[in-house]
Amino acid sequence: MNPPRVRLRRPGRLAAEASALLIAVVVAFPLYWMVLSAFKPAGEIESSEPRPWTLAPSLDAFRRVFGQQEFGRYFLNSLVVAGCVVIASALVAFLAATAVTRFRFRLRTTLLIMFLVAQMVPVEALTIPLFFLMRDFGQLNTLGSLILPHIAFSLPFAIWMLRGFVKAVPEALEEAAYIDGASRARFLWQILFPLVLPGLVATSVFSFISAWNDFLFAKSFIISDTSQSTLPMALLVFYKPDDPDWGGVMAASTVMTIPVLIFFVLVQRRLVSGLGGAVKD
Amino acid sequence: MALSRARARRARGLLVYPIYQLGLISFFQYTQAQVSGGEPTTFRGFANYTELFGDPQFWQVLLATMLFAAACVVSTLVVGCALAVLLTRVRAVPRLALMLAALGAWATPAVTGSTVWLFLFDPDFGPVNRMLGLGDHSWTYGRISAFFLVLLEVVWCSFPFVMVTVYAGIRAVPAEVLEAASLDGASQWRVWRSVLAPMLRPILVVVTIQSVIWDFKVFTQIYVMTNGGGIAGQNLVLNVYAYQQAFASSQYSLGSAIGVVMLLILLAVTLVYLRLLRRQGEEL
Repeated sequence: MNPPRVRLRRPGRLAAEASALLIAVVVAFPLYWMVLSAFKPAGEIESSEPRPWTLAPSLDAFRRVFGQQEFGRYFLNSLVVAGCVVIASALVAFLAATAVTRFRFRLRTTLLIMFLVAQMVPVEALTIPLFFLMRDFGQLNTLGSLILPHIAFSLPFAIWMLRGFVKAVPEALEEAAYIDGASRARFLWQILFPLVLPGLVATSVFSFISAWNDFLFAKSFIISDTSQSTLPMALLVFYKPDDPDWGGVMAASTVMTIPVLIFFVLVQRRLVSGLGGAVKD
Repeated sequence: MALSRARARRARGLLVYPIYQLGLISFFQYTQAQVSGGEPTTFRGFANYTELFGDPQFWQVLLATMLFAAACVVSTLVVGCALAVLLTRVRAVPRLALMLAALGAWATPAVTGSTVWLFLFDPDFGPVNRMLGLGDHSWTYGRISAFFLVLLEVVWCSFPFVMVTVYAGIRAVPAEVLEAASLDGASQWRVWRSVLAPMLRPILVVVTIQSVIWDFKVFTQIYVMTNGGGIAGQNLVLNVYAYQQAFASSQYSLGSAIGVVMLLILLAVTLVYLRLLRRQGEEL
């Protein structure tokens, strides 16, 4: 390229970078405001002149949140549900994705289309029959009533996404492994599993989020035994539409968002490469 | 491998059976009396559907759902794609800042995001009204402005998926291709339209369809931000409407019928998706 064009490009890039930073600030602002409000003393939150800083940070709101009956228990319940869902759905999705990409069997295409269709199903509408199902199995008010449906609902998307990763592993590798005397199980767990791990992480993010964020199943299936409740329900205790305790809501929101943020930061790099891998397919 | 197939099938059982039940309930008379076992369930045929289709509120909610979902999908895609292109134009520091901010928005649980956005736009204590000088204007009072507020939250938490995916897709395009195009004298716009867009088409199809599925089924945001569907149900979407009919009014069969209608609409979308995939010559 000739020199004048290079010089012309510079202000363009600076403008792009300035707007990228500005947009980053705007996107991050709600999160900043959430954390800030959680630390503001009571008088400052409910003031008609909100300031974007606080000179007297206080832990009052957090004390209210943790002092609420059994908040720690809700937190633990949420962790148990999300943990079980992530592990179980990752295992099943990995095996199922391998089955549908590496084997030809009857109804394979039908099964694949069903995975896709299953994603379309409005979960909220299925709450009605699931409610009766859980009642008949005596599972209402148990964590199982949250774990099982979440595994079922996160699987179709997980399998659909993982398929691309399994497909990307060359079949020659599989043949080479067998020729070298590896058993099918050995190939599956020691060769294929590490290779598709980035994809597995990317899909786990989705199952983790859907289980952690769930508000509908918890609201519908945990009806009387509040010791089995999860975090989103605990948050809404502070949010009464007429007179919300904003400090409490923001502190509880902060507590609820932090584990997801940590999870995201941990898997961030794999997520980007994972999604890239899925879409290249 | 029979093992994994059996497992997949069992997991599927937990999905297929409720769908079957959903269809079944929608043909029966199923209210509080039947749930408690006080009255036997009676078959009503299509009576639930006739009742539903004869209800003007259903059509109003259906229209609102479609318009709202369309607005969400278009805004999410435009914002996500524009920012993905922007990401490719900037150096590491601004890119990292935008990426982290977007991941933060993505990671925020729907319930939290909803309450935080409500607080930002709170008429008494929110910073937005102060910044815009709107006094104590209530965003959730009017129908359109309440939908608009929910739309902002939905776009905020769903554009990162589009941005990250499209960005990863653009990065996967070999640099030589773009270099060759600009050596041949193609303008920026031309490169985007004639080189990038066709190469990114499969990705764009995927993110569009996923957005349609997600935005058509928005539940938590509407439920929390408009307090269960807004004043006199003005902000109901199909999903919340079905839920309210079933669990608030104990009209389980009507709720199920709405669920079946939603399912059919999304099935139509799936068919379009499958046809698009097939036209691209992709094998399932």
